[in-house]
Amino acid sequence: MHEGLLVNLTVFLTRIAEFIFGNIFIAQLFIVLLEIVVIFAVISLAVIIQVYMERRICGLIQDRFGPNRVGPFGLLQTVADMIKLMSKEDIVPAKAEKLLWGITPMLLFIPAALVYAVFPFDNGVIFADIGIGIFFVIAVMSQGVLLFLLGGYASENKYSFMGAMRAVAQMLSSEIPIAFSILAIVMMTGSLRMSDIVSAQSGIWFIAVQPLAFIIFIIAMLMETNRTPFDLVEGEAEIIAGPFTEYSGMRWALFFLAEYTNLLAAAILTVTLFLGGWQGPFLPGISWFILKVFAVIFVFMWIRWTFPRTRIDQMMALSWKVLLPLALFNIMATGIGIYIYKWIY
Amino acid sequence: MIKTETYQLSMGPVHPSTHGVLQVLLTLDGEKVVDSVPCMGYLHRGIEKLMEARTYFQCLPYTDRLDYVSAMNNNFSYCHAVEKLAAIDIPEKAQYLRVIMAELNRIASHMIFIGSLAVDIGATTGMIYPFRDRERILDIFNELCGARMTYSYIRIGGVRSDLSSAIVDMINKFLADLPSMLDEYNNLLTGNEIFQHRLKGTSLLSGEQARRLGITGPMLRASGIDYDLRKDNTYSSYDNFEFSVPLGKNGDNWDRYIVRVKEISESAKIIRQALDGIPDGQITAKVPKVLRPPKGEIYDTTEGPRGEVGYHIVSDGSAKPYRIHIRRPSFINLQALNILCKGYLVGDVVVAMSTIDPILGEVDC
Repeated sequence: MHEGLLVNLTVFLTRIAEFIFGNIFIAQLFIVLLEIVVIFAVISLAVIIQVYMERRICGLIQDRFGPNRVGPFGLLQTVADMIKLMSKEDIVPAKAEKLLWGITPMLLFIPAALVYAVFPFDNGVIFADIGIGIFFVIAVMSQGVLLFLLGGYASENKYSFMGAMRAVAQMLSSEIPIAFSILAIVMMTGSLRMSDIVSAQSGIWFIAVQPLAFIIFIIAMLMETNRTPFDLVEGEAEIIAGPFTEYSGMRWALFFLAEYTNLLAAAILTVTLFLGGWQGPFLPGISWFILKVFAVIFVFMWIRWTFPRTRIDQMMALSWKVLLPLALFNIMATGIGIYIYKWIY
Repeated sequence: MIKTETYQLSMGPVHPSTHGVLQVLLTLDGEKVVDSVPCMGYLHRGIEKLMEARTYFQCLPYTDRLDYVSAMNNNFSYCHAVEKLAAIDIPEKAQYLRVIMAELNRIASHMIFIGSLAVDIGATTGMIYPFRDRERILDIFNELCGARMTYSYIRIGGVRSDLSSAIVDMINKFLADLPSMLDEYNNLLTGNEIFQHRLKGTSLLSGEQARRLGITGPMLRASGIDYDLRKDNTYSSYDNFEFSVPLGKNGDNWDRYIVRVKEISESAKIIRQALDGIPDGQITAKVPKVLRPPKGEIYDTTEGPRGEVGYHIVSDGSAKPYRIHIRRPSFINLQALNILCKGYLVGDVVVAMSTIDPILGEVDC
């Protein structure tokens, strides 16, 4: 396999830094910091693209244009929105727990961004290829629920609190099917390391081997990222905006940012686990990766603008009574499959 | 000791899915509704009182502003009552035009219903399509009387203007496209598994309960009671047309949805027959410049998209009504809210509210 363009770039930059600082350790530290900045830049850019994409796709599906006035093809709409949000008055509810309420939107971005540390963007382009990669993702992703609870609790608003309670119930029910559907993959690769999971798919993508796990994973991921048909946490027809009800302006924008960061993470995870990661013919790995990720995001958006919302009890029933038993069955089937495979060869 | 307690949630008057400024006081046990009380009056404009200070002709625009998504039906009902009180005979042609417009407005109103139900369930795209198609009806009305919402097209004694050939073409084209529009809604919403799960078996209202509360219109028919004033107390020229009255079985949200969807095609049937059979003649009767109905009172009803629209007019023989009371179907249908919500979840409250299909302009009057 060819070493990716980005790896060469990193090596090149490390050499330069080493030349400037005259010390390999400081040079590497500098590169790590640079990588962090790059990851944040990539996330922010991806969020801007996603917001634009969401609105255009929504327009396409709903037989209208979507934003097309600000900049060429409306590309600067998100920038204009951001400027608007930043210039808004900062309204703090009188009864809110000011400190908790204030730090929640900032904290929410941390688990959302932290998972990017273990995502393989290209061959060798991975921030930290740790041995428990996928376990780390599941563990960190589930921290988001705490902050939903915190924001909803601190707002002193009944809608926010209901949304917070829903968030806890929903994320708890979604994480278990996610973990169990990933377990089938881990059984096949024998490793939790993300790069191992990708390289195990060099012959055949796991979507072909594990179609059931893929479907369970996608449905549970929709729950995890609070998107229609499972956007119960925000459910704007019922509880206005759930935990975000009292947030406005830039604070709200941070929630928005975290939401799209999570969506991107969900798409990257889907691509890494089931669609062969960065692997593909002819084009460099990173372009395959971006193509696949945005294809998955498109599917998520397509689902969002087509389906109605489920009710909380229906969502819970689906998760615990359908997805979880199916995932367990899938694990059993995978185990038998692996046993037979080993017995034949 | 651990204990749970119920709490109150004030849903509205500023809330995305209360269809205006309705406040619903919910008593909740977790997510379960223990009690729900609709609080009305946030949009009260005192229309009934205002009408007392206006002549019979000047009252007409107020009726537009009651149920503003089906203003034609309100005009129709008011004019019908005044004409009956003043014993004015309406030309046959005007009767046909009234029926065509009232039924077109019924279709528009039911499209709003489908759209708002869809958005309350979270299907944003399901809202856009019916609203887009309703726009074509509004265009027809715009061409007809220059207004998109508040028509005042049906006047005391007849209608304001005749159909031009352009309008007839527009209506024909709309009717030709209607089946494909309905197909689109059915593909997007009716056939959707989640949509069905949300609606079926929730917010039951038995026929007996509905009858006792005085509920009328599609909501009553969804509970299985065959009561449609167009057939049962036929007025204007409705007895000339063939159409059926769709009925529901269980009186759940699903039936209330399906009955309205079916009513759209029935209304289209009526419009088609009426367009084919428009007689020649005048579009207005001779009405005195100053209308002074004889002393007396009258209660007259017609079938609006939401139920029985009734006008109780008391005349003291002068040019202004002594008292007008309006029976607003939305107001009475909304009284069923507690029955529809009790024991269900918060998510069902918005659906129940949607399938009652209240227009707050009419509720608060």
